[in-house]
Amino acid sequence: MKKTNLMKGAALGALLAAGAAVAPASAQDSVYFANNAYRTGPFSGSGIPIGDGMRDYITMINERDGGVNGVKVVYEECETGYDTKKSIECYEQAKSKNTIVYSPWSTGATLAAIPRAHIDKIPILSMAYGLSASADGTNFPWVFIPPMTYWDGASIMVRHMAAELGGMDKLKGKKLGLIHLDAPFGKEPIPVLENLAKKYGFELKLYPVAAADMQNQGSLWLSIRRDRPDYLYNQGWGAMNPTAVKEAIKNNFPINKLVGVWWAGGDDDARAGGAEAKGYKSLNFNAAGQNFPVVQDILKYVVEKGKSTTPKEKVGENLYNRGVYNSMLVVEAIRNAQKLTGKKVVNAEDMRRGLESLNVSEARLKEIGMGGFATPTTISCTDHSGHSKAYVAEWDGTKWTQKGDWLEPLKDEVRPLIEANAKDYVEKATGWPKRTEPCEKSS
Amino acid sequence: MFYREAGQYKTTYAADMAVFPIRQDRIGLAVILAIAFIGIPLIGNDFFIATVMIPFLVFSMAAIGLNILTGYTGLISLGTAAFMGVGAYSCYKLTTLFPGVNIIVLMLVSGLFSAAIGVLFGLPSLRIKGFYLAVATLAAQFFLQWCFVRVPWLFNYNASGAIEVPQRDLFGIAVTGPAALPETRYFVCLGLVVVLTWFASNLVHGRLGRSWMAVRDMDIAAELMGIKLLNTKLIAFAVSSYFAGVAGAMMIFLWYGGGEANDVFTIRLSFNILFMVIIGGLGSLIGSFFGAAFIASLPTILKFGLPALGVPLSGAAAEHVTFMLVGALIIIFLIVEPHGLARLWQIGKQKLRTWPFPY
Repeated sequence: MKKTNLMKGAALGALLAAGAAVAPASAQDSVYFANNAYRTGPFSGSGIPIGDGMRDYITMINERDGGVNGVKVVYEECETGYDTKKSIECYEQAKSKNTIVYSPWSTGATLAAIPRAHIDKIPILSMAYGLSASADGTNFPWVFIPPMTYWDGASIMVRHMAAELGGMDKLKGKKLGLIHLDAPFGKEPIPVLENLAKKYGFELKLYPVAAADMQNQGSLWLSIRRDRPDYLYNQGWGAMNPTAVKEAIKNNFPINKLVGVWWAGGDDDARAGGAEAKGYKSLNFNAAGQNFPVVQDILKYVVEKGKSTTPKEKVGENLYNRGVYNSMLVVEAIRNAQKLTGKKVVNAEDMRRGLESLNVSEARLKEIGMGGFATPTTISCTDHSGHSKAYVAEWDGTKWTQKGDWLEPLKDEVRPLIEANAKDYVEKATGWPKRTEPCEKSS
Repeated sequence: MFYREAGQYKTTYAADMAVFPIRQDRIGLAVILAIAFIGIPLIGNDFFIATVMIPFLVFSMAAIGLNILTGYTGLISLGTAAFMGVGAYSCYKLTTLFPGVNIIVLMLVSGLFSAAIGVLFGLPSLRIKGFYLAVATLAAQFFLQWCFVRVPWLFNYNASGAIEVPQRDLFGIAVTGPAALPETRYFVCLGLVVVLTWFASNLVHGRLGRSWMAVRDMDIAAELMGIKLLNTKLIAFAVSSYFAGVAGAMMIFLWYGGGEANDVFTIRLSFNILFMVIIGGLGSLIGSFFGAAFIASLPTILKFGLPALGVPLSGAAAEHVTFMLVGALIIIFLIVEPHGLARLWQIGKQKLRTWPFPY
């Protein structure tokens, strides 16, 4: 109780500008975790299931286990509406309340937070979004981007294409189209795909969608009909994805050759295409469905006890489970930080150490009820992403199913690009702090 | 009783023409400045300064810019955000090309680029007025925003298309970049806003401002009186875009501290600034501040303040309540006083003069 009163005090001070209220110190038995959510605005369709999954997993840990080793996780959402301006406010709030980790949930928010976090010493956990170059831990000690980057995703797409065609050498002469949001997020995969196109001799066609035209892709699909690409990769988000699925059906593009990035894999994205959307594919790094002990525990301890606002049938949807996966990373990092420091109540700096030597092994996944839910991920001092595997999920008309194996990204192609970009970033940002944090011994 | 000019005799024309002819107003201004320069940095915490005060100052600057164009000259523009973007990107280009030049100088210079672009897109205003001009300025918004995404030279070929704000010092203290303290950034913002507001106040009270208002009230009559429409309208566009440009540079360098800048300068921002000007009061400098406080700061204060006061709201619920409250307040204020908050302020002052014995 004391903590909430202090928080009230701090924010009241802000409200009235009356007195520099002391930043709230963490109470003895809890850690504070601020999460940006977007349950309002144009992207709320994706934001709601993600936020639900994140919140429910943390609630489950608090209810079932009484927290992480007895330390309750105080989870608070800050609404951003996917707006960078509001994300910055949320960052400031998270900082003033001493969050142990900042979870930005948009590329714009991540980019704005990266330089600050290195000064304020708050770890950022941008799970498979944000700045791909931040996978370089030597230059970005405070940013973590597990289990993979967009560049890994693009390389997995090429591997998937090769696997269907029957080998990397069969890629020659093929055409890959990239539908992408005409913004930094959408343009992310271009450098990797260009390199791979050169190397394997396939042709890359770009189909940019302006943010204002997300639901108006008619002219773009005319060009797709003209060019007849063999495969389409969709780096899209929000209203753009269901539109792309619908257009593909309307234009008779074989739907099973359309593959979305993992953010194009919402249940509602595919549902929009109706029965004909069957066969639509999307990259994925978490499994969908309720058939996992962890999801059953969430149902048992949280949803059925009325401690969640999530409708029962929505539990286990693809994006919901991705939220669960993100919270799992946070909880495991807290556990690891506790182990490393011997403290029970960890702070942001301990959390950075916990994240940096995070090793979610196969055995550990089984232990926490996530066997088959995701692949193992190992973060190291230099590699803040893990470059883990992803699989291609297929929409069977009602739900996402796993088709095919977990594919490893082409790390040899991606890693040099990451290091070159990180170096470039650090050189341009004068006064970028040199890494002083020591590396953990790998456990 | 307290607010009365009885006994204050004016013995010179200059005193009679003063912007603040009443002594209490001058004292009031001094008090406001003292609060802004001393009080807020002393008692406000980092969160308040960084998320309420700095955005308020940035939007005040932008609203003053648009008010010069829309409120004083009567030309509606929907391109404010794009002009802000020009300021931000030119400041970024300038500071990466000339890292040795003081960042505050560069912010002021980057406004000039914005002014030049503003004049270019202001040319149609000589032929068209009202809604048609609004649509023409919309072209500026879309074209410039397209440039911010598609011309990689503008963001120095950054892989994510983002602006990375480098650290720049003034007297050995970091002013921009992640290491700059909120207080420092606040002081720079405040300094720029105070100086440029003083400049704007002198402009609108001078010959130029009068010719702007003459054009606004009836451009044919103004032309007959010898005001050159071409020059007057284009100067209004230039000055307005200059303010917008400086506001844009402040926004990215002192508030956001880098990031996806093309994502910031959208049509939504243009509309927001137009609302600030309309709700604050067209043709009023103080109205620009009121409007900025109302549209930009009030939602933040409500969103974080209500839960802090013990109202059991969290996350999305706070956001929804904020939307509803602000929406209702906009309607209430516009019903009570269609001429904006500045007019309410004036009425209040008028009432105060006769208080406690109104006649």
